[in-house]
Amino acid sequence: MAAASTVTRAGRGVILTVCLAVILVGGVVLAAVIGQLAVTPAEVVGSVLRAVGIQNPWAPTDPIVESTLWVVRFPRIAMGLAVGAALAVAGAVMQAIFGNPLAEPGVVGVSSGGALGASIAIVLGVTAFGSGAIAAFAFLGGLGATLLVYFVSRANGRTEVVTLLLTGIAVNAFAGAGLAFLLFVADSGGREQIVFWQLGSLNGSRWPEVAIVAVVAVVGTVVTLGLGRRYDLLALGERNARHLGVNVEALRIGSIVLVALLTGVAVAFCGIIAFVGLVVPHVIRMAIGPAHRPLIVASAFGGGALLVVSDLIARSVVPGADLPIGLLTSLIGGPFFFFLLFRQRSRSGGWA
Amino acid sequence: MFEWFSATDVSVVLEGTTVLDGVTLDVRAGEVLALVGPNGAGKSTLLRVLSGELKPTRGEVRLGERAIGRIPHLELAQLRSVLTQENGVSFPFRVIEVVSMGRAPWARTIEGRDDIAAVSEALKAADVAHLANRRYTNLSGGERARVSLARVLAQRAQTIMLDEPTASLDLKHQEDVMKVARRLADEGRAVVVVLHDLSLASAYADRLALVSGGTLEALGSPAEVLTEQRVERVYGLPVQLHLVGGRPVVVPVRG
Repeated sequence: MAAASTVTRAGRGVILTVCLAVILVGGVVLAAVIGQLAVTPAEVVGSVLRAVGIQNPWAPTDPIVESTLWVVRFPRIAMGLAVGAALAVAGAVMQAIFGNPLAEPGVVGVSSGGALGASIAIVLGVTAFGSGAIAAFAFLGGLGATLLVYFVSRANGRTEVVTLLLTGIAVNAFAGAGLAFLLFVADSGGREQIVFWQLGSLNGSRWPEVAIVAVVAVVGTVVTLGLGRRYDLLALGERNARHLGVNVEALRIGSIVLVALLTGVAVAFCGIIAFVGLVVPHVIRMAIGPAHRPLIVASAFGGGALLVVSDLIARSVVPGADLPIGLLTSLIGGPFFFFLLFRQRSRSGGWA
Repeated sequence: MFEWFSATDVSVVLEGTTVLDGVTLDVRAGEVLALVGPNGAGKSTLLRVLSGELKPTRGEVRLGERAIGRIPHLELAQLRSVLTQENGVSFPFRVIEVVSMGRAPWARTIEGRDDIAAVSEALKAADVAHLANRRYTNLSGGERARVSLARVLAQRAQTIMLDEPTASLDLKHQEDVMKVARRLADEGRAVVVVLHDLSLASAYADRLALVSGGTLEALGSPAEVLTEQRVERVYGLPVQLHLVGGRPVVVPVRG
């Protein structure tokens, strides 16, 4: 404890903020600069300045550079920020309402529920009604999965880790079967789209889609922040929270809708990007403690930063190829999950 | 104006079993009321009904003139605080944060200005001020119980309900907790406390409510309630009573 308390909590907050800012800004600039078409940082800054109405000498004169930035890279970066924020905040909320640090939209099957919903939309051809229709189906799928997990895995106001994870396995298996069936009945175009959803990618993000995700992410984060103190009280257990004046049922149901909305909208446009909601709030909690208001704000920025950097790696590590970002986050998230399991086990001697 | 809790002919049936049967009880200002009785007698259930957490199958609990079910969650939290036996905290909050959570019902009210004073006073009263910066999840059982008590005290409600606050505490801290309860009552608040130790209850409570098999066996001053015959009948164990400072001390007959 002595070592931990040599850095004050306020100090830790400042360090975390600086680290996040550096990663976020650095990641965004690098993501704009690196790619098949090399762009200089000065051109990026110049182009952004010109877009907000400030004429400057650094702005790119080449229309190809300009369109690369504004049609391909910027929407992709913005999508990464929005999706990362949505997923990380959804993870933090889910952990709060389950009172369990291992609850995560991907692990417990909310993401695959959302992907199943999106795939049904593709196979039924509702995509003709625009991308909003897929988002709506993804939301419904995510909501269904969240409600299922919630009601199955809770007993006497508590969620046992084992029950939670087993429920996640069941939901993931069921959604997997549904996806397999849809792959089987879909035509080749639909099949390709479904496979894309399962892998997860920020490739081909467009501004109208970015706008939808960004609005949901921002509104969701703000609403969640308003509930932050109540999430703190929920950590005392359901009964104690109620004795402190929290309407626990309303908070739970409202939060489940929020999680489904945040996860569903992310899954709808970018597919399953797992473990963001697990890793980000966890690392933040280790740095600044579990109080939910700072946790949620930091998770939103941390999630955005993580996805922008992950996406940069995904599209530049193999020359000329665009790896699915879901693959990358799972590659980081899987071992992290192991680490959490082992740590919890060594501390509390496993779970009954 | 202060309002006090009263239960009238309250019965609770859980999964077909009558856990509480026709209990009538009032909670009075300036008084420590101890609920005692054997395991499974219905003490905790009675406390849950009184606090408004559990809706009785029959009968009614009122707070002043109002039925308790009609009072909004938040207002109820300003009127009474409850220490449950569930002292787990899901995330590694610090002790000071946990105790500050007791102030939540007063957020955005004029009482909010007392937050810091209430928290530091509660930390001292429960003897956990030295733990303020420790993580709750790293504390021992007894320390957790005291931190939870501090949180309940920080709530500064008129009625304080404590479910076995002394369960995992050492001798000194048991006495300390009961002294705090005594002081709260002397300030004009009402304290309802579930206890197992009859002698401890006898030493600090104004009235004892002896619960047995879901019914109220006896209600009155410690000397009235605790007789050798009654304790032996209710607990199924022969006991001797000794008077210490005018209050009965219960000692089992051994050997």
